[in-house]
Amino acid sequence: MQRNPNHTTICIVEKVIDETPTVRTLVFSDDVMSKVLPGQFAMVWIPGVNELPMSVMISNELGKAAFTVRKHGPASTALFNLKAGQQIGVRGPYGNSFDLKQGKILLVGGGTGLVPMMRLLTFMNPQDDVTVLIGAKTKDEVFFEDLANKLLTKNIHQVIVTTDDGSYGEKGYVTDMVKKLVDVNHYDGVYTCGPEIMMFKTVQYAHSKGLFVQASLERMMKCGVGICGSCCVGEDLVCRDGTVFDGDHLLSNPEFGHFHRNKAGIPEIY
Amino acid sequence: MEPSISTSVGSINLERPVMLASGILGISLDVFRRLHRNGAGAVVTKSLSKEPWEGYPNPTIFGLKNGGWINAVGLSNPGAPYFAKMIEPNNEIPIIVSLVGSIPEDFEFMIKQFENCKITAYELNLSCPHVAKVGLEVGDDPELVKKIVTVVKNTTKIPIIAKVGLGTTHYLDTVGTAIECGIDAITALNTIRAMAINVDTKRPILSNKYGGLSGPPIKPIALRCVYEISSKYDVPIIGCGGISTWEDAVEFFLAGASAVQIGSAIGDNWIGVFDDINSGIKKYMSENGFSTIREMIGVAKKS
Repeated sequence: MQRNPNHTTICIVEKVIDETPTVRTLVFSDDVMSKVLPGQFAMVWIPGVNELPMSVMISNELGKAAFTVRKHGPASTALFNLKAGQQIGVRGPYGNSFDLKQGKILLVGGGTGLVPMMRLLTFMNPQDDVTVLIGAKTKDEVFFEDLANKLLTKNIHQVIVTTDDGSYGEKGYVTDMVKKLVDVNHYDGVYTCGPEIMMFKTVQYAHSKGLFVQASLERMMKCGVGICGSCCVGEDLVCRDGTVFDGDHLLSNPEFGHFHRNKAGIPEIY
Repeated sequence: MEPSISTSVGSINLERPVMLASGILGISLDVFRRLHRNGAGAVVTKSLSKEPWEGYPNPTIFGLKNGGWINAVGLSNPGAPYFAKMIEPNNEIPIIVSLVGSIPEDFEFMIKQFENCKITAYELNLSCPHVAKVGLEVGDDPELVKKIVTVVKNTTKIPIIAKVGLGTTHYLDTVGTAIECGIDAITALNTIRAMAINVDTKRPILSNKYGGLSGPPIKPIALRCVYEISSKYDVPIIGCGGISTWEDAVEFFLAGASAVQIGSAIGDNWIGVFDDINSGIKKYMSENGFSTIREMIGVAKKS
């Protein structure tokens, strides 16, 4: 029988990988989560603590999936601190996914926004020419660079890392690199996930060149299924209409790039 | 002639009989606009309190294996003053403002915030089953219900609806008390207090432990309540509880409801559910010789 996605399934954390001092990947076995599409997410229960919307990370082992978490608030820190053998609950997968284009592809990711980008890379065609931009504040916070290269061994590709302080890769904001690239190259598809301002600028630059661009948004979520309304952005619900939206749709949304809502539902400026 | 699905709940006139229930999606005017465009006859806001409330930590909702939901969102809402400002520009969407509070003065304060807004009605939340000192705890206290409804009726001319639930005071008595104090309509039923325990972790799933059961499992109970209220009292009723198809909606009309609200069905079927139910009702009416919703109301009681 097919599993009810809204009913929590308990999984055991099998392995914990340190990505950076503040980012870890927790690997677990679950057939359903191993097969999600890039952009889809799960609601992840840390028993006794909280439940968080998390993009589902790939695993190199069949039937396994993972969550890559940055410790930030109490809930994400609790998830970050889980050890192998401990339980998590998952429900989902929820949400839509990226529309795959072929040809020259540009991916722009920052922080744990790289998770759906890595999954998207597993869907590239061998003839695609793929550029991956990874933005980080500083050298210590760079992760998934090797993974991106590994996933693209069959493709013509480049992985470019930018750091705000110049301690690794190219110095500057990742969006400056986006601008530089779209100014001189045509891309058949531009995909982005990460901090909202980064996505906003990426969408703006790509859209201004007439490129097909999509972004996977993040919002505070409670239900994940379109009931509570917490994740609304204008008239869109990220959990149900997204997480992936077309650039032109996003640019016509008055809240994208400007506001997110707090737990009470009041808009706050980015 | 094509049947009309417009309806009246007392003095509240609606072009379509299916409304958005309180607690669902109701925190932004943009989303209200979209729901209205997609067939909602009216939208009921999240229950608003005097101040913004964050609600409970997650997990706040849980899907049962065989359908239905248990939630304890905890009445998170941006607060009446913010909300009133947000909906002030609205002129087109019938908005029913749901209010939650502990004492008559809370309700009086909140209604004053909406003086410059076009409001279709207020719905008093006397029935949320998972937050202390408000909701069902208020609804279970007949003296408090009396005081709140009386004060609210004296504060505004806009129609007042009371939403009832299954608490320790018999809901029919709560309805009777509200009617004595001049209530304009009743919404029945709120979610029913419930819980879920995960057997692998051996702990309740919801952070609040208790929540409210909604969706298909409660529909027969809500239907029974509507039937009982309409059999005992002459008061307009809005049916609510597990309605997810046109057939469910028609059942509620036949039991005595003048309109219906849907909530969980949006989680199951998304926003198209409004138009689906509206067109199903219309088709049923054509096939069964009804030209107005009014003709259907309470028909099952005559059999």
